[in-house]
Amino acid sequence: MILAETSDFSSYFFVFLLAAFLGLEVIKRVSPLLHTPLMSLTNAISAISVVAAIEICGLEKGQTSVLATVLGTIAVAAAFANIVGGFMITDRMLRMFKPRGADKASAKVQK
Amino acid sequence: MSLFIENFSTITYLLAAALFILALKWLSNPATARRGNLAGEIGMLAAIVGTLIGHHVIRYEWILVGLVLGSLIGAPMAIWMPMTAVPQRTALSHACGALAAALVGTAHYYLFFKPIPHPPTTVTMIFLCLEILLGSLTFTGSLMAFGKLQDLLPTRPMVYRGQNILNFAILTLAVLCAAAVVIQPAWTWLFPLILLLAATFGVLLILPIGGADMPTVIALLNSYAGLSASMMGFVLDNRLLIIAGALDGASGLILSIVMCKAMNRSFTNVLFGAFGQVRASAGAAEKKNVRSGSPEEAAQIMEAAQSVIVIPGYGMAVAQAQHKVRELYDQLSKRGVDVKFAIHPVAGRMPGHMNVLLAEAEIPYDRLIEMDEINGDFPQCDVALVVGANDVVNPAARHDQSSPIFGMPILDADKARTVMAIKRTMNPGFAGIENELYFAENCMMLFGDAKAVIASVARELTESN
Repeated sequence: MILAETSDFSSYFFVFLLAAFLGLEVIKRVSPLLHTPLMSLTNAISAISVVAAIEICGLEKGQTSVLATVLGTIAVAAAFANIVGGFMITDRMLRMFKPRGADKASAKVQK
Repeated sequence: MSLFIENFSTITYLLAAALFILALKWLSNPATARRGNLAGEIGMLAAIVGTLIGHHVIRYEWILVGLVLGSLIGAPMAIWMPMTAVPQRTALSHACGALAAALVGTAHYYLFFKPIPHPPTTVTMIFLCLEILLGSLTFTGSLMAFGKLQDLLPTRPMVYRGQNILNFAILTLAVLCAAAVVIQPAWTWLFPLILLLAATFGVLLILPIGGADMPTVIALLNSYAGLSASMMGFVLDNRLLIIAGALDGASGLILSIVMCKAMNRSFTNVLFGAFGQVRASAGAAEKKNVRSGSPEEAAQIMEAAQSVIVIPGYGMAVAQAQHKVRELYDQLSKRGVDVKFAIHPVAGRMPGHMNVLLAEAEIPYDRLIEMDEINGDFPQCDVALVVGANDVVNPAARHDQSSPIFGMPILDADKARTVMAIKRTMNPGFAGIENELYFAENCMMLFGDAKAVIASVARELTESN
């Protein structure tokens, strides 16, 4: 079964706590310049929930219901839209950020 | 080797968690940021492949349908969406993420009973309920935010009597129903009601939010979407989900704190304060003198200047004026004028909105300066050019205790030798507050559409060349 059978919940809290504090420390250092790409990147990353949706869709026929498959498929589509869209638009934005003189340098390379 | 194959998905998850953390670390600097994005992509790919190969997945047809549908929705939005529409897209993606969490939680809940009954533990139910509560309220809340940003809904706050009491009552009811399901998981009839109540709360929560508060609210919704993914990890015994969700939650939290600080307001005030209502009585049209200037005059003054600081605001995004601003920047830089851009944290409709627009117009990012760093430069600056910003340059925030924005950190544009403000009309800005900057002696108003005005100033400069 894909659900947790043993209740090892205390260790989850530790994982959550550590990840949250690490996240706070790392993200505090992100320059306000990049706050929009930051938001689109973290949004794409949190679409990791696609793996849970995939597991629901992939259940054997006898172990699942029509309802679960329908909800799972919509969830895969919604999460995957965030993954594809999120990473692509983040890259599109980050490509635009150039320091001074960068466009001249790249123009020279093209010549 | 067999040990490796058995634990393949665990290994990919571990790899993904490490890459996600590195992705955020590399994002901190524009020079390494693209590498960060790539790390995120690889991590995501690893986790998906690990899941697909993993022994839980037996059937592939519906997964494929979902993946194709998702790509068809996500890719066009990323490729063709104009940069001015980034806040809307972000709101929409929060809605998608939250929808996925709510649906996955719902599917799991019903799988506890059909086709193979295996009652969940109380702790599992607690996290499952948190997941779907956060998921569904963030889903509808983000859709509302999208509607407001896309101008499908009025951007002014919508308020009515007893609003906060009604919102609170609905949330309490949703939580009580969730508590009942935690105690009696078999009450499946109650479950849709929880979803419905939480979804209604999401809508009502965003109704009173005005456009100027959107940066905070978007960041907060970002945080909720992350937390609901994290809760899903608790339900599923999946540490990768817990970590990725916690990172997203932390990022949303930091951004909303930054936004609140930049407006000198608290979370509760943003969410329940209905900032920016039309205040009918507020200082009813005192006749004051305004000096209006022409683009020619503006061009002459700027030409003679040594330093110019441009202050962009949401109006620049609305008028799509960023490319004309770039032309002006080029003309002035050619003449040896030092041009900088002063970025207020809440300028625009989402965190970092102005930076993205100016970067799109190929203005070098080392010219985009944060508020705290640039405020000291205004007294020595010859021209402060306000392009579609309003409340973030209102000096009333410094001294007028009766002003609703009193205490909000602002850009000290008024300290520049000459202030030029581009505005359509003298109507008060988003928060409905009159801006005394426009009546100052050193201020020259340039009336008109931001794009048109900047274009004609730039043309004047080109011709006088």
